[in-house]
Parts: sequence; C-alpha cells; structure tokens
Amino acid sequence: MAQFDKTFPTLDCSACILTPKMDAVLQHSNIKLMTYCEVSEVKGFVGNFDIKIRQKARYVNHDKCNACLACTEKCPGKGVAEWDEGLVKRKAIHIPFPQAVPQKPVIDRDACTYFLKGKCRLCEKVCEQKAIDFEQQDTFIDVKVGAVIVATGYNLMDTKPLVQYGYGKYPGVYSALEVERLFNSAGPTGGKVTLRDGKEPQAIAILHCIGSRDKNNYEHCSRVCCMYSLKFAHLFKEKTSADVYQFYIDIRAAGKGYEEFYNRIIEEDVKFIRGKGTRVAESSDEPGRLIVEAEDTITGKFVQLPVDMVVLSPAMIPREDSKNIARLFNLSTDKYGFFMERHPKLAPLSTMSEGVFIAGVCQSPKDIPDTVAQANGAAAEALTIVSKEKMELEATTAMVNPASCCGCQNCVRVCPYGAPSFNYDKGVSEINEALCKGCGLCASVCPTSAIIARHFTNEQVLAEIEGLMEF
Amino acid sequence: MSFEPKILGIACNWCTYTGADLAGTTRLHYPQNLRVVRVMCSSRINPSFIFRAFQLGADGVLVGGCHPGDCHYNTGNLYARRRLAVTKKILEFAGLEPGRFRVEWISASEGNKFAEVVEEFTAQIKKLGPQQKLKIDELQEKA
Repeated sequence: MAQFDKTFPTLDCSACILTPKMDAVLQHSNIKLMTYCEVSEVKGFVGNFDIKIRQKARYVNHDKCNACLACTEKCPGKGVAEWDEGLVKRKAIHIPFPQAVPQKPVIDRDACTYFLKGKCRLCEKVCEQKAIDFEQQDTFIDVKVGAVIVATGYNLMDTKPLVQYGYGKYPGVYSALEVERLFNSAGPTGGKVTLRDGKEPQAIAILHCIGSRDKNNYEHCSRVCCMYSLKFAHLFKEKTSADVYQFYIDIRAAGKGYEEFYNRIIEEDVKFIRGKGTRVAESSDEPGRLIVEAEDTITGKFVQLPVDMVVLSPAMIPREDSKNIARLFNLSTDKYGFFMERHPKLAPLSTMSEGVFIAGVCQSPKDIPDTVAQANGAAAEALTIVSKEKMELEATTAMVNPASCCGCQNCVRVCPYGAPSFNYDKGVSEINEALCKGCGLCASVCPTSAIIARHFTNEQVLAEIEGLMEF
Repeated sequence: MSFEPKILGIACNWCTYTGADLAGTTRLHYPQNLRVVRVMCSSRINPSFIFRAFQLGADGVLVGGCHPGDCHYNTGNLYARRRLAVTKKILEFAGLEPGRFRVEWISASEGNKFAEVVEEFTAQIKKLGPQQKLKIDELQEKA
C-alpha cells in the first residue's frame, strides 16, 4: 500500500494513511517490530509457540546508526530499486523509501562494491557512528508467543511469459504497480506520467484480467484490478491530456462507493471497450506506437487501437515462498498457494493450526478495507487466546490407553500435527490434546487399538453400523 | 417386492458428508438405500468397520473422502487411499464380488457428484443382488 499514490474510491493519499500507522507500531511500547527477518523454525502449540527467527545481516549496526544517511549519499554501488519496480536504480546502501520504518539503511550485498570487488568501504569512512559492520552475520532470535498471525501478502504475476502482451519487449508496456510508482510524487518521475523516453503519452490502454479469470493461468478474479484500473483512468485524465481506453471482461465494482466511482469515471470521458485485450503489437505505420487488439463483444467487431502506453493489470498470486510458510506453520493451501481458512463462512480468520490466524491477500485477493477488517478480526482472535489463563479445547481428540499401547510408534509417524510423542521412560505413546485435531488417523493405525478417538471410538462406529444394518 | 439393497456409506466430515448435505439442501434426489456414518476423516476408517458391515449383511459399502491432496488434515486421505486399496483386495480375496465396495473422492462443493455416485452405486448393487458371501448367518448355515 505504501507504494501507491492514491487509493480507490475516495482518492485518499495512501502514504498519509499508512506511514503514521507504521511509525505508531515502531514506537508502541507493547509491540516489538522485527524487520528484515524470516521465521526459520516453529515448535510448540497454541499458547506455547517457540519460534526461531532469522535476523538477516544488514551490515549496519542499527543500535549505533543515528539515521543521518550520509552513507547513502557517498555510496557508488548501484542496485535495482525494488521499491520503484525497477524503473530506476538506487544505492547499494539504502533505505527503501523516505518514510520506511525503521529509518536506518541496509546494504544490498549484490550491489555493494566492497562485496563484489573487495574494496570501497566508503560508507564506513563517512559513518561517524561507526555503525557499518561488513562482518555482520545472520543471527537467530528465539521468541515465545501464544498466537501467530500470518499476513504475508501477495505477488503480482510476472507477465513476461504472456508474450502476446509484449511486457519487457516493448518499452510502452507497463505493469500496474509500475504505473502506481509513476503517479507517486515520490516516485521515479516525481509524479509525472511519462513514457520511458520521457514523452507524455497521447493514448493509453488499460488491459484488465491479465492472467486472472483465465483458464490457462489463474482462474480466480483478483478483485481489485477493476477498481484500480478505474483509478488509473482518473489519474491519467488528471495528469495528462491522453485518451484513456479500458479493455475489460466485466467491471466488478462491488464495494462501498465503488459503483459510484465507476459512474464518475464514465462521466470523465474514459472509453470502455468490453473485450479482453488479446495482443499488443508494434505499429507498422508509426514506429514506437503500439497496437492493442481485442474483440469488442458489444458490437461484435474486431478492434485494433493505436496507443502509446499499455497498462497490464496482472493477477494477484501467492508469494513464491507461501508453500514454505504453509509447511512451517502447518497451514493448508489451495492449488495456487493461497492459505486455506478453517471454514469459508464460519472461521475465515482461523487456520487448521490452532492459534495461527491469517489476514490479507495471503488468504485470497482482496482490497484494502477487506484486508483491514480481516486483520482487525485476526488480532481480536489472537488476543482472546493470549489474554486467557486457560484454554478450552475441542472435545474430539484422541487419547492413549497406556495399558494396551505396544510402543510401535505408528501414531507418532503418521500424525500431521505432531500430537503423539513417545515417552521412552514409560514405553508408551502420549497425545498432546492441544495439538490433536481429532482426525482419528492414529486410532486406525494403532495395531492394539490403544488409541481412542473420542466421539468416534471403534465401539461407537461399530454400534452405528450395527444399528444401521438392522433395518 | 423388488430387491432394496442395504448400503453403508462412510463419509468424512469435511468433504463427502458436507457434499451430501449440499445434495440435500439443493433438493437433489438419490436412492434411499444409503445409510451414512460420519467420521472426522477418511483415515479414521478402520478396515474392520467395512468387514463388519458386510458380515452384518450390507450389500455394498461406499467410502467417501476429500480429493487426494485436499484433505482437511493435510495427509489423512493419502493414508486412507492406500489402506482402502488393500482392503478392497482383501475383500475380493475373501470372496466378495468386485463392485460391492467403492471409494469415491467427493468434495464439499460436489453435491451433484454425491447424488450421481449414490444413484450409480445403488443401481450396480441392485444388479449384483443380495450379498451372501460374507454375511454371518449364511456362513454359519454352511458350517
């Protein structure tokens, strides 16, 4: 959100909403903010998680640094500015953007002259606080927590493999987040909408549903593209004199004030063509211009439209490491890698792992208000766990009858939640009821029927079957 | 009177049982021969449940679970799949006609599939007639 310029449908300044919140989190006495970290190991269960966190090496000692940023001025290293979607370069020692929290720099190893060539250390010379530390290593921090909220966000689909749209091939083709940066007054162009050659575009086409609602790529609707494409149209009209064309399948403006915003954009002389853009090609008559091809499904005619700038609205997809996070926290994912909630209607914030909650687009594509609503809910759910002395557990759990346990440890091997453990002193398995989800898998692999799946015991199920076979 | 088979269904709580619920709430019709037992996961099914049902005179047994890889408990139905494949072999080894025991993966959204499977399976059991190979009384009479 911090990368955006305005938010739909109210056109509020995005940074004005977010950056004070970010700072408030940093300053809050009850919140410990850990940036540039990764969870590397999760043990324990609800109320008693032991989490190992890897603090990646920044090569800057943040306790000593006083954020004067003299180092970033002198640094000769050039790296790709991820924050500006690679539209410009940034220094090797950098802070991602001026309002970043904490406002202290980090060294990008892949761009740093010292790490690449073995000499430079200019930042070390200019740093009065002696905060630069090229010897810094990754460190591990252990924390004990009662509940976890996973809010790992999303990626935009890489549209390069969709060669028909020419992203990466024609300089006039942009992805949506790049355009957000062009609008932003702190962005690479200072808020001016210009093409890569510095000219102002005369005609702009916005192509919806690139990769989403598409059987060949992602079947889901990314939910926000219609609205931000309408917002783009408004901002293009405000900042340029260009003609703006929308190539859409349907406009999905379901949300408070969204339909009204759509009607407002129609009034602003934006041209809507109902048909998915099928191809972007270079114009043969006017070099440098692009031709967008589509079938207008209202008139049934084939459209070939010359434009200067094409904006692709790519699918929102799970982050590349979502499967790793799912494995760490024992979450289930759908076929693309979005995390599964425990119940689509009744438990949309909980996961199958007790005490682990999800919020935001890591669950499914959603807009900012929905994400905030879900995050508030997840925070409340987490608080109900950590504020209590004792926890209520599900009654449907398994238990071991130690008298008949033979110690084969089949249950320990099959349980996906690690609930059974083997007690070597007693020579029997024991089940941690806080971890048990009650599936009953252990009960059916137990050769001596020592494990009792409560509410679904062998006797109960057999009695049910006997009763059912009588009539 | 025509032959009305007794069919035991064992369905997992999260997929097939919910799918059966969906078939009901969408007012789909399917034969009444199925008697459903709910378990939390298809991996809970001890093969002895199935043997016992056939001993007690079930004409067919239908087991339903989530699609492999889609289990609510991550890996449960993968264990179930292997175990039930072996169970099927044993049942046939014990003399049961193939076709009396069936495993189907029916998700919570597949109410239609549930109704279709029950329809098809009931018709198949009707064609096979009453099950006598494993039924206890019949065995005792022979002995």
